[in-house]
Amino acid sequence: MIKNNLKNRKKIDSIFKVASKIITWSSLVVLAVLLYHVSITGISKLSLDFLNNFPSRFPHKAGIKSALSGSIWMLTFVTLISVPIGVLSAIYLEEYSKKNRITRFVEINIANLAGVPSIVYGILGLAIFVRFFQLDRSVLAGSFTMSLLILPVIIISSREAIRAVPKSIRLGAYAVGATKYQTIRHHVIPIALPGILTGVILSMSRAIGETAPLIMIGALTYVAFVPETVMDPFTTLPIQVFNWASRPQAAFHEVAAAGIIILLIVLLFMNAIAIFLRNYSNKKYDF
Amino acid sequence: MKLIFKRKSKLKEIFFEKIFALCSYLSILTTVLIIYILATESFQFFKQIPITDFLFGTHWEPLLEPKSFGVLPLLFGTLLIVIGSALISIPLGLIIAIYLSQYASSKARRIIKPILEILAGIPTVVYGYFALTFITPIIRIIFPDAEIFNALSGSIVVGIMILPMVASLCDDALQAVPKSLKQGGYALGTTSFEVIKGILIPSAFSGIISSFVLAVSRAFGETMAVTLAAGATPRFTINPLESIQTMTAYIVQVSLGDTPQGGIEYQTIFAVAGLLFIVTLMMNLFSNYIMHKYREVYD
Repeated sequence: MIKNNLKNRKKIDSIFKVASKIITWSSLVVLAVLLYHVSITGISKLSLDFLNNFPSRFPHKAGIKSALSGSIWMLTFVTLISVPIGVLSAIYLEEYSKKNRITRFVEINIANLAGVPSIVYGILGLAIFVRFFQLDRSVLAGSFTMSLLILPVIIISSREAIRAVPKSIRLGAYAVGATKYQTIRHHVIPIALPGILTGVILSMSRAIGETAPLIMIGALTYVAFVPETVMDPFTTLPIQVFNWASRPQAAFHEVAAAGIIILLIVLLFMNAIAIFLRNYSNKKYDF
Repeated sequence: MKLIFKRKSKLKEIFFEKIFALCSYLSILTTVLIIYILATESFQFFKQIPITDFLFGTHWEPLLEPKSFGVLPLLFGTLLIVIGSALISIPLGLIIAIYLSQYASSKARRIIKPILEILAGIPTVVYGYFALTFITPIIRIIFPDAEIFNALSGSIVVGIMILPMVASLCDDALQAVPKSLKQGGYALGTTSFEVIKGILIPSAFSGIISSFVLAVSRAFGETMAVTLAAGATPRFTINPLESIQTMTAYIVQVSLGDTPQGGIEYQTIFAVAGLLFIVTLMMNLFSNYIMHKYREVYD
């Protein structure tokens, strides 16, 4: 395979090096192009009115008030439902469960659930929450569906954070007589917390951007009010963007771009918090 | 006193363990429910439509008379997107991973990695918008006979979407190869390219292949971008310039319309979703399998 021709071999190497460098950086340019394209299309529509108006048949009047508040409502309940369950599952799998077949099965199952297409969760939500529990197309039905969707992600990332806590911490706690629960509650969790929160925020940003499952449970309707109870119908930012983007008129595409700008600002803000937490955790506990 | 305290705290210990265990079994319940719902509703559907008609029929027209329920057009539409996006994301993703793990300075890594994370975090509906308003017009300049909704635009955008995932999974796999193997290669006087070709890629092969399978599975289930960009015309075609419909896009189309519940049109989405679930599940299990079966363990 390796020919005795040094000049040629070095040439191939440097060509490959330059080519891979060019390919890598030019793929990253896509992000810049995307952001630039969305910004110049949507910036003219961006205003306080846009944030304060409800969706409308007229592009110049359309706003995202109901979508933004719907997203916030849903995110609140998704957090309340999925974070406790996800973190507790992660604690169980990492700290309590024995390495047997059942545990292995649960692990494979969670890994597979993380790969199930989001639209399948939508169908699950439609059958279980909308129809069986008769929650209709409410905030609650959407939140439950979305919680099931992001649970595997929260579990997987929380487990990684818990696993990163050094064994010596646990042994130290046991040595002074702490029980297992006390060890976990007072030592493992506080140390793993920044890592867990990073995972939680990243899965929340997934929940904010998901569209398909909510369309399945019927959240794509004309909603010109802010939800007041958990049983009210709602719409969310990405659904509103989808609605505008799928219309043929170019004016609505501008509105969609403005909606995307808001959505990306929210996501960027959440990512910034996650990155901050990650750096913070790296600094504080350096074992 | 002491004993009572002990027993109480013991009870507390057991109580918490049980609660924690309950939470982790919820994931099994989720899987069971998904399978149960897809199975029962699809069963209703297959009572009326023979399963062979569904799997091998070449005409998909469930909403208009005369109805016909051959899933192949949807499957071909999906495959067109999957293959197109794989052709983009797999080679590029691998090359990015190689650049990151082998050539990039640590400063470059610190810039590239977060950008990849941001790209991976952008909602799919945004990519769909991007395809519709940016990629499609460019395609229509190059190929004037391309339709407004076309499979090519959908494939490209799904390819861009799964690129960060392929890149970071391959990067993880390449990073896991021990330094000593690389250094052994260099000690024999090989160039970087030869180390990559002869040592890094073969050693990380299981991780790389499993990341490819995961990416394909992700493209298979991708919904919003293809709904926006690739259209809603189920066609038995391999021409990427035509409008097609994927399985996921069909499910969205039905749920957007006002199809009455319980009818056969409504049950089609469960049959299609069942097929989608089975295919992605197989791919995910397969990816998991090669990851563990063929992993080279170095220590």
